[in-house]
Formats: sequence, structure tokens, C-alpha cells
Amino acid sequence: MIGIGRSAAALVVFIAAMAGAAGPAAAAEINGADTAWILTATALVLFMTLPGLALFYGGLVRSQSVLSVLMHCFAICCLASILWLICVYSLAFSDGGGANAVIGGLGKAFLAGVGWDSVSGTVPETVFFMFQMTFAIITPALIVGAYVERVTFGAVLLFSGLWLIVVYAPVAHWIWGGGWLAERGAVDFAGGMVVHTTAGVSALVFAKMLGGRRGFPGDVRPPHSPGLTMAGAAMLWVGWFGFNAGSALAADGNAGMAMVVTHISAATASLVWMVIEWVKYGKPSLVGIVTGMVAGLATITPAAGSVGPVGGLIIGLAGGYVCYQGVTLLKSRLKIDDSLDVFAVHGVGGMLGTLLIPFLGVTALGGAGFGEGVTMGGLFGVQLMAVVAVAVWSGVISWILLKIIGATVGLRVSNDAETEGLDITAHGESGYNF
Amino acid sequence: MKFIMAVIKPHKLDDVREALTGIGVQGLTVTEVKGFGRQKGHTEIYRGAEYAIHFVPKIKIEVAVDDNQAEQVVEAIQANANTGQIGDGKIFVYDLGQAMRIRTGETGTEAL
Repeated sequence: MIGIGRSAAALVVFIAAMAGAAGPAAAAEINGADTAWILTATALVLFMTLPGLALFYGGLVRSQSVLSVLMHCFAICCLASILWLICVYSLAFSDGGGANAVIGGLGKAFLAGVGWDSVSGTVPETVFFMFQMTFAIITPALIVGAYVERVTFGAVLLFSGLWLIVVYAPVAHWIWGGGWLAERGAVDFAGGMVVHTTAGVSALVFAKMLGGRRGFPGDVRPPHSPGLTMAGAAMLWVGWFGFNAGSALAADGNAGMAMVVTHISAATASLVWMVIEWVKYGKPSLVGIVTGMVAGLATITPAAGSVGPVGGLIIGLAGGYVCYQGVTLLKSRLKIDDSLDVFAVHGVGGMLGTLLIPFLGVTALGGAGFGEGVTMGGLFGVQLMAVVAVAVWSGVISWILLKIIGATVGLRVSNDAETEGLDITAHGESGYNF
Repeated sequence: MKFIMAVIKPHKLDDVREALTGIGVQGLTVTEVKGFGRQKGHTEIYRGAEYAIHFVPKIKIEVAVDDNQAEQVVEAIQANANTGQIGDGKIFVYDLGQAMRIRTGETGTEAL
């Protein structure tokens, strides 16, 4: 990673020098260090999906469906990448003219007008485009966890593609693209709302409409490879440094502090989950501790630019505890088979972190403090409004999409196909041929 | 000839194997199986959800022996697979109609 960064920085400086020799150029505004870091962060965040999330989810399902999960993640990555180029980047980040409060325009569809010299902030716009793409890739991939082992592959692709355009793009625009929530000062550093809330709520709706796995809740099969899950989780942790510290969009102290609080939250929430299981069941599990890690990371994601180290610790404590309750509530009480706990971990975590920002971002706790004229109460009001708006939009639109897809392509495979496993029935392959 | 099939706890396999080779048994076949008897399965917990594991891993041993060795073999298995806990397993004895050594074509007790 360091080698890539230094080479990239050297290359950018070289090009900038050449361009500068030809005359005043946009390339002169590019910061080499920032660019090098965001190039690296992009790779880290893509790594979170491929193979981090894929392995994390893969280990949690039955062996007969492991390949289908890997396939979902891989295919969604490819599809999201192309759609990002075609229109989603433009809808999220370009100027929407009169409609800019709610959506961007199509001026940058196919990266029209964006070339080698285009700049976004202090990095080339192509780099910003790629960095943001990796977020657009992982968000629909997160939803995979809700529908494993029983969804049709067609529904996965159709839903993911359409969802990116009508849920992800608008929400990203509202919060990061200069839309109405950004105008009101809503804070979401790296995607507590844009990524985790959208994915979590949509996953919940998908799980409810799809119905539970055969045998849910009392007779489902346990994770077939907790070791694979841990390997994926480890990649998520490392990659998350790109996710949160990269969202500083600069190689500076903000990135450094974001990295600190991200890491502390992950470690803390992992231990919280471990302690809860130890006390409750007498046996702290590997699947449990890595789930705690994800909860901690999801919760710190919106707040990584606002809180200090102590804030990160508190967020880890809160995220680990609250998300654990979420898992039990959903599976045991509400009996919704959000199979891999996307809502309980990502949705709840993302929303919780978003709402904690006004309280933990205060300078007294080592946080960054608030801007001119922003009060704790006022900011909380904005955060709450934003969370509700994002959750409602995600849920309602997902419901509509699923109604349409359910009536056309069909959401669910047959009972026999589900029992035999999606690997063989949907993909003609076997995960393990000993 | 008799065909003896025993389902035992995995960790007793080595003891049983040593005992059988000790009384002159020339070969046996071992398979990994799952099952339950009075030893029910157990529950595992992942992320707060309970999973009922109905089957317990066991080892199945199959050995073909001469009629006059059958009782010795059954006793050797029972003595060495025994732990005193439920789930120790069972031994079944079948009458074996025919046997053949593939390499030489020998049949009957010569094949054992």
C-alpha cells in the first residue's frame, strides 16, 4: 500500500509539473499527498467488498449457498460500477439545477466533461469518482445479508441496480452532494446514513417481504465456516480505515483522528459483544466478537470526523450494546429473518452513531465541536430529521421496488431449490468438492 | 461369517483399533457418521439465535470376521468403546453370506 501511494504521488507531481510547464492548469490545485491517500483509500474500500464482505457473509451461510453469496457480492460490484459511470455518480454529485435540493443532474453521466485534469477539492475528480464508487458498491452488497439462501439471482441484480439509482443516488445527493440535508447542516462523515441506514432499512423491508428461510426461526442451520467469517471481518476492519479516514478526503489530521476513533470503536464494541455473550451463555464466540466489531465500525462511521478518542470509546460501548439488543429483538421477538442481521448491526449502528454526534462531538469530550451558530439541540434536531427522512425513503422505495420485482421476475426460489442450496441450483457449482 | 457394524464415539476409535488388531483382526473400515440415540443433540448459539444441532458426530466401524472370532470381536469393541456415558453407541452383528478378496478372487473365510 505505501509503495502504491508513493508511486501515485510521484506520478501526480510529475504530471502536475508537466501541465504547469504548459501553462496555468487545474492540475496545479491537486495536492499530491491527498491524492495518493485517496487512491489508496479507494483500494481499501473496494477490498472491503471484495473479498471482505463476501467472505464475512459467505462463512455465515450454509455450505450449500456459500458461492451464491460470493456471487452476489461480485456481481453487485460489477453492476454498481457500471451504473455509477452511466448515471449514479452524476445523480449523486452533480448540480441538479432547479431540483438540486433533492437530486443531481445528468451532466456528468458517463463522466462527461470529467477528464484527466478535472479536480474535486484537492484531488483529481477521477479519484473522487472512484472513491465514492466503492461506497456505492458496498452499500447494495450489504443488503445481501438479508436475503441469503432463498432469493432469486435475477431479483438480486434488478433490485440492486434500481435501488442504486432511486435510493442511493438521492440520499447521497441530499447529504454529500449539496442537497437539502447538507444545506441544513446534517453530519454524516463517512456514511452512517448514506450507507448503513439506507442498506439496513432496505434490508429489513426485503427480509420481511421475502419471508424467512425454511426452518426459521427454530430450525435453521448454523454458519458453515466461522473461520471464513473472521477472515472477512478482519478485511473489513482494515478496509474501514479507507472508508472512514479516507472520507476526510485529505492526508491530514482529520484522517488521522478518524482512523483513531474508527479503530477504538471497533475494538471496544468487539469486547462489549464478547463480554455479553460470555456472561449470557458462558461461551464468548468468534462469530459474536466479529459481529461486535462490525457494530462498532458501523456506529462510528457517521461520527468519525466529529468525535475524539474518548468519543470513539463511548461509541464503541454504545454500538456494541445497542446492536446486540437489536439482533435479539429482531430475530427472537419480531421474528423477521434479516438473516445476517443487516438492520440490527448496520442500520441500528448507523442511526445510533448519527444521533450521538451532537452529544459526543463536544470539545469537552475531545470532539471537533460545532460550527458557528450550531447548538447541540439544534444539531440533534437536524440529525433526527435526516435519519427519519433517509430511513423512510429507503424503506418505502425498497417496498415499491420489491413489489414490482416480485410480480415480474419473482423474489424467491422454490423450497426444493432452497434446501438443495443456491450454489447448485442457481449457479451450477459446488462450493466444496472434497 | 459375521459382519459386525459398530457406531462408537470418535475419540474411542484408537482404543478399539488397537484392541481389534491385538486379537488378530486383519482389517476394518471406518466411516464418519452422524446420529443420535438417547444422547440428544445440543444447541449452538450464533448472534443470539439458537440453532438446534440434532445429530452428534460418531464413527462407524465395519469388520467381517469368521464365526468363531465374532464374539471376541464384539467383546473387544464393547470393552474399549465404553466410557460409561450415554452416547457410547451400539454394536450390530449380521450374518455374512459371502466375501471375496478382489486381488486374488479367494472367497469365504480365506477372503477375510
